Amino acid sequence: MAMADATDQHGAPTDSKGRLLTSDGTPLRRALERANRRRKLTALALVGPLLAFILIFFAFPIAQMMWRSVDNPQVVDALPRTLEALQAWDGRDVPPEPVFAALHADMMEDLDRTRREQKFGPLGIRLNYELSAARSAISRTARSVPGFEAPYRDAFTDAHRLWGQPELWRVIKREGRPLTLSYYVAALDREYDEFGDIVKRDENRRIYVNLFGRTLALSLAITFMTFLLGFPIAYYLSILPMRHANLLMIAVLLPFWTSLLVRTSAWIVLLQQQGVINNTLVALGIIGDDGRFSLIYNQTGTIIAMTHILLPFMVLPLYSVMRTIPPSYMRAAKSLGATPWTAFRRVYFPQTLPGIGAGGVLVFIISIGYYITPALVGGQSGRMISNEIARHIQQSLNWGLAAALGTMLLVGVLVLYWLYNRLVGADSLKLG
Amino acid sequence: MSSKIKLIGLSSALSVMALSAAAQDPVSLTIVSWGGAYTASQQRAYHEPYMEMNPHVTIINDDGSANALAGLRAQAQAGNVTWDLVDMLPSDAQLACDEGIILQIDHDEMLAAAPDGTPASEDFLPGSLGECFIPQIVYSTVLTYRPDAFPEDNQPSSIADLFDVENFPGRRALQDRPGTNLEWALYADGVDPDDIYDVLATPEGVDRAFAKLDTIKDHIVFWTEGAQAPQLLADGEVAFATGYNGRMFDAIEVEGMNADIIWDGQVVEWDGWVVPADGPNLDLVMEYLYFATDTQRLADQAKFISYGPARASSAALVGEHADLGIDMGPHMPTAPENYFSPIVLDNDFWVDYGDELRERFANWMLQ
Repeated sequence: MAMADATDQHGAPTDSKGRLLTSDGTPLRRALERANRRRKLTALALVGPLLAFILIFFAFPIAQMMWRSVDNPQVVDALPRTLEALQAWDGRDVPPEPVFAALHADMMEDLDRTRREQKFGPLGIRLNYELSAARSAISRTARSVPGFEAPYRDAFTDAHRLWGQPELWRVIKREGRPLTLSYYVAALDREYDEFGDIVKRDENRRIYVNLFGRTLALSLAITFMTFLLGFPIAYYLSILPMRHANLLMIAVLLPFWTSLLVRTSAWIVLLQQQGVINNTLVALGIIGDDGRFSLIYNQTGTIIAMTHILLPFMVLPLYSVMRTIPPSYMRAAKSLGATPWTAFRRVYFPQTLPGIGAGGVLVFIISIGYYITPALVGGQSGRMISNEIARHIQQSLNWGLAAALGTMLLVGVLVLYWLYNRLVGADSLKLG
Repeated sequence: MSSKIKLIGLSSALSVMALSAAAQDPVSLTIVSWGGAYTASQQRAYHEPYMEMNPHVTIINDDGSANALAGLRAQAQAGNVTWDLVDMLPSDAQLACDEGIILQIDHDEMLAAAPDGTPASEDFLPGSLGECFIPQIVYSTVLTYRPDAFPEDNQPSSIADLFDVENFPGRRALQDRPGTNLEWALYADGVDPDDIYDVLATPEGVDRAFAKLDTIKDHIVFWTEGAQAPQLLADGEVAFATGYNGRMFDAIEVEGMNADIIWDGQVVEWDGWVVPADGPNLDLVMEYLYFATDTQRLADQAKFISYGPARASSAALVGEHADLGIDMGPHMPTAPENYFSPIVLDNDFWVDYGDELRERFANWMLQ
């Protein structure tokens, strides 16, 4: 330990180079660094579990999902020889005999593998995404392939018509790469034509782009509705005495505490054509019996039910912001000659913007990925892109396409958030 | 010498006893099915008798069949298979089989023969067995209508009437998927039930089916979940609804809904078991399957739900509903008086063309 060589003009110990020392003789700078580092480590140890949790259960699955949207191992794994033989093929006519011989060799090798290891099942499912009936071309051929004899080309084309069509071979050659863009191509309602160019799909098969647009429009409509309904409630809550405010707050939060299915069923009872609302209107003579409103199983149903569910997410941030606005500002504005409307518009409303921003972003982001409610009350026109993603995950098992749609949704939300940040500023958000 | 042999004999007897005691350790089987009335019928016809015979086995019901395909793949990829047995549709079973995540089945080897000795592969109804699939029941999608929606002298009786909005006005509840709807459109357009899938495999056939559907489009309400169809009928929201015959039976006979079933053009499909590869109790599952798919057990299930047994030898044993006392024979999709113009769902076709047709159907619904 270095002893102090001297003292500075205030009497503090310094070393020979004039650096400040602590009482035990270490340079002050190093002692401070050490203390800082220890504090940082403690902080890291405290947030460590949460950080690890987020990495393992949030960041990693998202990365994995994005990986799935381009991962394309099936063709490469199943057809190594065929792909090599296809390299010289020009993509016009049915490939020549050596390609079929290579395909035969690949299939024979696959039959020796154990059931779990076999590559041709997944291959058929993968190719069927690109070309209908490719799956049965593979599975039917695989059953009879041990009996095939040269020339293989005839044997294969006899086993299934698709082997005699260049289309299937083009798909095999195109997807014979470990990474693919074809899930994104499909998610954008596009496909590859015979020259390998990306073109728009047949008009009667386009669905996803429209669905993205509709999801966006519905989410904006729901956000706007929650704002319209939530703003007066939040304002009323903020000016009530505490004990009354609490009671009203419970009413606002009640939807949170009710099972989603109960709430949705209640909406069905209310809104359907033979439901409470329509029956009441007919009984009062406001509408005729054949003029009943379609309030559910369409976009209206989705907007009504989701506005109800997401209302608290708008009310809570608004309320927390409004409570901090001193009532004296409004009184001051009025005493300076503003009409109530001007006072509200120029003094009160601008101060609620952080709450509106926070509530709006929250409601919008939640509703863009919502899927249970639209599935139950949305009918056809009220369904959103998340319903399609869930379908591909759970039923069609096309996880690649689901991942591509999901990634596009994620990127879309991030872009919108970035825009919001540029236009309004994310630091103005106030969540409570 | 002899005492030594005795000793060996005794110790081997002891070890056999120890082995059988080990086999009697409590085990639980997780069986995945559709939930609701369907799982209840399996519980009473299969699970309860089996557990009575094997007190050490507990059967846990999991209502995950609607998403079983995704569950099977996720469990297989994670290397952690927790399901022992799964109830699913044959088209899903074919996909899972192609992926190698469920076991291939040797039906004669693994399943009981009929009481008269007919091997399983011949006793199960033709076309019902799959590479990895053991059928239990035949169910069908049928057209149902409210008699009070039409005058007494003009009641609908065929699939063609579903497409005739002039003579039979009113809203129609159809399922929001291409399956059944496209088949019916062609059938109503005059295609023979046996030729439907050949026609549907051509672009012209698909156009023809959609053109027929166009004629009733403005009168359609789409449903998604099986329970919605009888609900829409019961609420008077629609005049016609398509639905599963078991659910319609339940709504009409048990709940007392005012509706009639049209058996013309019923779309017939199977439902049955698959065994996840690498399941935790494979030997026990095989033992259970042998029991639960024999002639008597399949006939028993029809006491609790109106789906037909998948074995020919079970048909004669179908009796009365366990709670209602109704004779179940006439309510089976396979009863001769109902089975006059069936369309047998072609699973191979739907696995091949399902993606493409579903996209087109989704697009059509939105236009």
